[in-house]
Amino acid sequence: MSVALENVSRVVNGVPWIRDISLTLERGTLSVLLGPTLAGKTSIMRLLAGLDQPSSGRVLVNGKDVTGADVRKRSVAMVYQQFINYPTLTVFENIASPLRVQGKSRAEIQARVNDAARLLKLEAYLNRTPVQLSGGQQQRTAIARALVKGADLVLLDEPLANLDYKLREELRVDLPRIFEASGAVFVYATTEPSEALLLGGNTICISEGRVLQTGSTPDVYHHPDNERVAKVFSDPPLNTVDVEKKNGSIFYSGGERASVAGLYGALQDGRYKVGFRAHQLAVAGGASDRHTFATTVTVTEITGSESFVHLKRNGYNWVSVLSGIHEFPPGKELDAAIDPRDIFIFDQSGRLVAAPKSM
Amino acid sequence: MARIDLVELAHSYSGAAADPESFALKPMTMTWRQGGAYALLGPSGCGKTTLLNIISGIVTPSRGKVLFDGADITPLSTRERNIAQVFQFPVIYDTMTVRENLAFPLKNRDLPRKQIDARVAEIAELLDLTPSLDRKAVRLSADAKQKISLGRGLVRSDVAAVLFDEPLTVIDPHLKWELRSKLKALHQALDLTMIYVTHDQTEALTFADEVVVMHDGRVVQSGTPEELFSKPAHTFVGYFIGSPGMNIVPAEVNGREARIANHTIGLDRTYDNLPIGARIEIGVRPEFVSVAKPTKGLLSAHIERIDDLGRVRFARVKIGDVKFAAHVPSGFSSPGSEAGLVFDPGHIHVYADSVLVEGRA
Repeated sequence: MSVALENVSRVVNGVPWIRDISLTLERGTLSVLLGPTLAGKTSIMRLLAGLDQPSSGRVLVNGKDVTGADVRKRSVAMVYQQFINYPTLTVFENIASPLRVQGKSRAEIQARVNDAARLLKLEAYLNRTPVQLSGGQQQRTAIARALVKGADLVLLDEPLANLDYKLREELRVDLPRIFEASGAVFVYATTEPSEALLLGGNTICISEGRVLQTGSTPDVYHHPDNERVAKVFSDPPLNTVDVEKKNGSIFYSGGERASVAGLYGALQDGRYKVGFRAHQLAVAGGASDRHTFATTVTVTEITGSESFVHLKRNGYNWVSVLSGIHEFPPGKELDAAIDPRDIFIFDQSGRLVAAPKSM
Repeated sequence: MARIDLVELAHSYSGAAADPESFALKPMTMTWRQGGAYALLGPSGCGKTTLLNIISGIVTPSRGKVLFDGADITPLSTRERNIAQVFQFPVIYDTMTVRENLAFPLKNRDLPRKQIDARVAEIAELLDLTPSLDRKAVRLSADAKQKISLGRGLVRSDVAAVLFDEPLTVIDPHLKWELRSKLKALHQALDLTMIYVTHDQTEALTFADEVVVMHDGRVVQSGTPEELFSKPAHTFVGYFIGSPGMNIVPAEVNGREARIANHTIGLDRTYDNLPIGARIEIGVRPEFVSVAKPTKGLLSAHIERIDDLGRVRFARVKIGDVKFAAHVPSGFSSPGSEAGLVFDPGHIHVYADSVLVEGRA
């Protein structure tokens, strides 16, 4: 089983929603569609499912052109952010419904529904109807139904967005195992970098209807092709600063001058943009070979294990994450530093020209 | 703004005569100080929304009282309580401009024009809404509309409290950062009592000075983010706060030693008065256990998987049948799937029937 989009575009009322996308998804794989709201994630899923037709390009299943084919003949299950269940059926019957349509035996239905219910912690609610459930329980019912169906292609559109935090965390840990076991093609849309990292698999980074980068999830995270990917795949947001390499020195926009070191060594003279994630920006202290900036604290957020320090620096807003508790009052002046070996450097067009060695 | 006292407060949706164990909110007494930033944190069904609804006057408690600055307001309606509320989804007037939307709660109270203009300008500035003040709200994105909702909640300076019910649910992750830090800065600038309900630990911990953790209708701990992280008073807090949550494993504890899986771990404090017959567990956060090469003297574990979360890595291991998460130090590589666990004794806690036991130094 494989599903592919070949040079697919989709234009709605003259507005391009999807721009020339080519993708191949293989059986037993999990692909994360990562992108901000309105990037085109749901549009891509609807094209894959056959619910929408491309304006140009082809949809292939096992190499065969199925563009325009009847969606009911395709083996697809979809879970939406806004859960959908049959209100008059019990949870058991909701999960069992695709198996009943397939005419499975009573014993098989019982066994498969129970397996899915155990996985999604729904055993205690099998006899209730959806109105007697919390939102999280209803969504888990919808996910369980998609899983028991045994479809070749399972599309999950931000399925955990409405769930409780802890439940989300537990399901993210369990889902990759469920995906591996089922052997279907799984596509999972999310706006959250941390969700993509936890799920693993492959990440397809989407922005403004385009595929920006495809690769194994840790590879895309550690080696973004361009500034846009690094931005989509950073939470807290990617910190950036403009820089010029000239006459054997590094001139940071806004004032600081530093010596050429680390990744700057191999660069030609010219203007660049430097990106660094929150954990790559250290506050107070650190080794002397770092490049240091004068910043002012705007606010500190403490999560217990970590502190997120929001900093202002000459027209740039940055975030630094420190382990432990660090309470800095707003307005406090702090030196913040980057390690020139541990940054992303982009050229004027945003293309990556230097990145830290992977862990 | 006001101090809020909850006195012997309890609630059952099936009436005060119901079995107390079935109450949605078990009896509680708490004080929230004027100008404080509080979060009510817990999973769905823990009672946090019931508590918020009691404070806002949507629900009348089966037992007990709510006091604002010492005055009993339990019988008063929402309108009479002088509170502001921000909900999960934007509540604004589409046909009005941003300015009119922000001014609306003040106009309703017949404030002088000058005062209204000054306050609207201040709130708009704090929320970066100044450039769009004269735009009609209907054309704005969902994110921008929710920002206006926040502004409407904060615009009145005379409210007893501002209540937020999961206000960032519909916001994109990137903007969540911005709005969270805005809210925190607003709290520091405005001296309002704020109560923020959420199931999201990051939102609760980053917003609040004091986080009230609820579980099964009870407040299991109320404390600063640091207290909740470093010294969970209940195993539920250990599990719920932190990602991954605290490891909680059954153990035999004697004096300054804990035994798990026939292995002895040294403790930092002495435990010689553990309740007899209680279920004894030790709790240790994944941040304070590391995996190392299998070595004699270390508790051995089987590595099932390593999660690369970008800036940290956690190993999911098993000790016998017990699941455990441990920090992976940079540079760690294991020849096989066996590992030893290195504990930080200062961060091992002992629990009896889920409640923290204070050891002796």
